[in-house]
Amino acid sequence: MRLSPDQMIFWQHGFLKLNGTIVFTWGLMLVLAVGAKLVTRRLSTDLKRSRWQNLLEIVVTSIAKQIEEVGLAHPERYLGFLGTLFLFVALAAVCTIIPGYEPPTGSLSTTAALALCVFVAVPLFGIEEQGLWGYLKSYAEPTVIMLPFNIISELSRTLALAVRLFGNMMSGVMIIGILLTITPFIFPLVMTVLGLLTGMVQAYIFTILAAVYIAAATLTSKPQPNPAPAT
Amino acid sequence: MDNMTIIAVASIVTAGLTIALGSVGPALGEGRAVATALSSLAQQPDAASTITRTRFVGLAMIESIAIYCFVVSMILLFANPFWNHVIAATAGK
Repeated sequence: MRLSPDQMIFWQHGFLKLNGTIVFTWGLMLVLAVGAKLVTRRLSTDLKRSRWQNLLEIVVTSIAKQIEEVGLAHPERYLGFLGTLFLFVALAAVCTIIPGYEPPTGSLSTTAALALCVFVAVPLFGIEEQGLWGYLKSYAEPTVIMLPFNIISELSRTLALAVRLFGNMMSGVMIIGILLTITPFIFPLVMTVLGLLTGMVQAYIFTILAAVYIAAATLTSKPQPNPAPAT
Repeated sequence: MDNMTIIAVASIVTAGLTIALGSVGPALGEGRAVATALSSLAQQPDAASTITRTRFVGLAMIESIAIYCFVVSMILLFANPFWNHVIAATAGK
């Protein structure tokens, strides 16, 4: 049984492999980039506008609203990063209705890459907001004794982000595969619908957690509206 | 029993135990979380959006514990490094 789309080899030459993860990731990136380019080519500001523009406006404004509710005062600064994370993970989950497709987020390499992006982006946003010294000082809060624990929590939450997304997406594919061998007709359909819901929830959670981490890194001087969860 | 049988038995039994014991705690935790969220929803329907968002995030964090157990048991069953090592050792002999 296949554990992830990593083992789905399309083309191989020497040690260069073109596996399912790479193909599906680039496919999704192509769909997102070309789609966004096509829609934003003719933007209108008057009352008459295309339906795709309406769709994109709804998506962008609702993501910005969610980011703002987490406690980030200027969502447009973080919209590019967090919105891309959300759209990629959500599209990766939604596309599972296409036969023959496997979500690239069901591979640990993809989710580790996404989590590493968050791991790098959080200090960058924090330094941008409070300066280098101010950000580094936030590790020694409330006391210096907490310094190692803060560093450990930084690392462990990155690991948790990666494994959570990977586990959820992989378990969806895996359960459908197992059910196909036991009860081939109705139950896999139900689990596919459940997998769509889980995928959307996971995309939401991934983005919200990244937003919460950024908020915790940028708002340490003020009382925090949302303290960062430890895992 | 030779080495292969021991590793196979240990992997299968441990995979079952991992998912069985590992799902008990998150199940209890999720039950408590949903129950509390429902009662606070009944008390304050105005705060529904905040409660729902926090509940979703919290449920996902609790559920990720169960997901870790699932990942470990899947690795034991389908991508077992010890099993692969023994297979490679016997094939090399």
